[in-house]
Amino acid sequence: MQTLNKIEKELLEQISSLHNIEECSVNIRKNGQCVVRKTNADIEIESKKDKEGINIFVKDGTKNKGCHIPVILSVSGLTDTVYNDFYIGNDVDITIVAGCGISCGGGKSEHNGIHRFFIGENSKVKYIEKHLGLGNGGERVINPVTKVFMKKNSECNMITTQISGITDSKRTTFARLGENAVLNINETLFTTDNQTCETHFKVVLEGKNSKAHIVSRSVAKDNSKQNFFSSVIGKNACFGHIECDGILTGHARIASTPKIDAGCEDALLVHEAMIGKISNDQILKLMSLGLNKEEAEQEIINGFLSSKI
Amino acid sequence: MLTIKNLCYKTQDKEILKDVNLVFENGINVITGQNGTGKTTLAKILMGIVTATSGQILLDEKDITKLSIDKRAKLGVSLSFQQPTTFKGITVFDMMKLANKDIKTIKDACTYLSMVGLCARDYINREIDKNLSGGELKRIEIATILAKGGKVIIFDEPEAGIDMWAFDDLTNLFLTLKDKIVIIISHQKRIMEISNKIYLFNKDGEIVVTDKTKLFKEVEESKCSTLRSQNANTK
Repeated sequence: MQTLNKIEKELLEQISSLHNIEECSVNIRKNGQCVVRKTNADIEIESKKDKEGINIFVKDGTKNKGCHIPVILSVSGLTDTVYNDFYIGNDVDITIVAGCGISCGGGKSEHNGIHRFFIGENSKVKYIEKHLGLGNGGERVINPVTKVFMKKNSECNMITTQISGITDSKRTTFARLGENAVLNINETLFTTDNQTCETHFKVVLEGKNSKAHIVSRSVAKDNSKQNFFSSVIGKNACFGHIECDGILTGHARIASTPKIDAGCEDALLVHEAMIGKISNDQILKLMSLGLNKEEAEQEIINGFLSSKI
Repeated sequence: MLTIKNLCYKTQDKEILKDVNLVFENGINVITGQNGTGKTTLAKILMGIVTATSGQILLDEKDITKLSIDKRAKLGVSLSFQQPTTFKGITVFDMMKLANKDIKTIKDACTYLSMVGLCARDYINREIDKNLSGGELKRIEIATILAKGGKVIIFDEPEAGIDMWAFDDLTNLFLTLKDKIVIIISHQKRIMEISNKIYLFNKDGEIVVTDKTKLFKEVEESKCSTLRSQNANTK
């Protein structure tokens, strides 16, 4: 077992802050290797035999349990690709916390986490994913892929954040929803300097009365660039809503490309997108409470990026 | 004391405020008049949001004409906006804490929400966004300004969107601020009734300082003369 140094502990704390769940199963991966694993009777974790990664099995009826699977990269020159599959039984209520923290100094480190969720009937999953980079110089690259397959009456609430320090990322999310399934995604992105971030969402509303709400809130500063692609396909009586809100400062750029595709007359699909600078009215209001312009802008951005689902 | 000296405000094609000279003292000062006579512009000039073309503003002898919005706010000038601004992600509690650094707990903030008739528990963690109704936003705006406090508190049409049932509470609330310079832009008789002084803005850019008895008499007479002329026309 490898131990964690101070920076690694800090990364771990930030990407995987503990929550109010009594028993958690844990798998911590550091620089391409599993360093801590804790399982229990309800949540089993086993290593994949054919490639890097783990299988997580959650038993039918498991309630109020948690599973933490953070990844830390603290050396440069490493490309870590990992495949994690979650097999969630029926009637489960679970919180899963994943994420990756990179601190690589001057070189390049890359993490590609491919997560697949197979969610059973009547099960509820809260999935929290944080991506964070620390340190100056170098390249910290993260390309997360998340695929969610949802059975009848299941619910998935995803909160994903990429707040700072990631130089390049390509984020891909795919979801297929069964009858009455509900998917809520709240994505928060913040890019600075010359960082780039590309987000792809594809949601297929296959089951009758399935619902998806996807909200992406992003702030692009300096010379950073963000590209947002969304595609919602309604194949049945369903409701799909995608919202992309972006704030620009400096010479940044945000592009949003929506696609909504309804193939059933009872499908209702909505796309909203708004990109612009911080509203002057908001700045004036906060200044009239005694904040200077910079403080006002910071408060507006902090509020905008705070995830509430 | 808030003194306005020779204040003018012109846009490219219109003179909105013409040589305004006013002194506001502690108590309830109501500004009224027809739409488009520069009442909100004056409120914004006092807060520093709009810059006057010429003139001077003194707060207790200190010249604040060139001070920025935040510096005026720190000196005790507060403005409750006519149209409250919405924010994605900023909650009522966040806003209260920004308005007053002494607000640390939810209980501290609740005091001010209760004053504007909102059940604090229902609102404290809500975002100040478009999911709130106009009346709710207005009450939160007023509560924020009460939390901030100050020497000069300006309310721009505080009654807009607030239901009639809450009206007595609102006027009583203003009466509790009588030891400060309270400036209320309003068209409501019930607010004028509690005023110490009324400033009537007319279309020619003039401001007439009056009191409620005189103003109500004039309004009544003007209504009568309009009725008389309408009757004469129909005969």
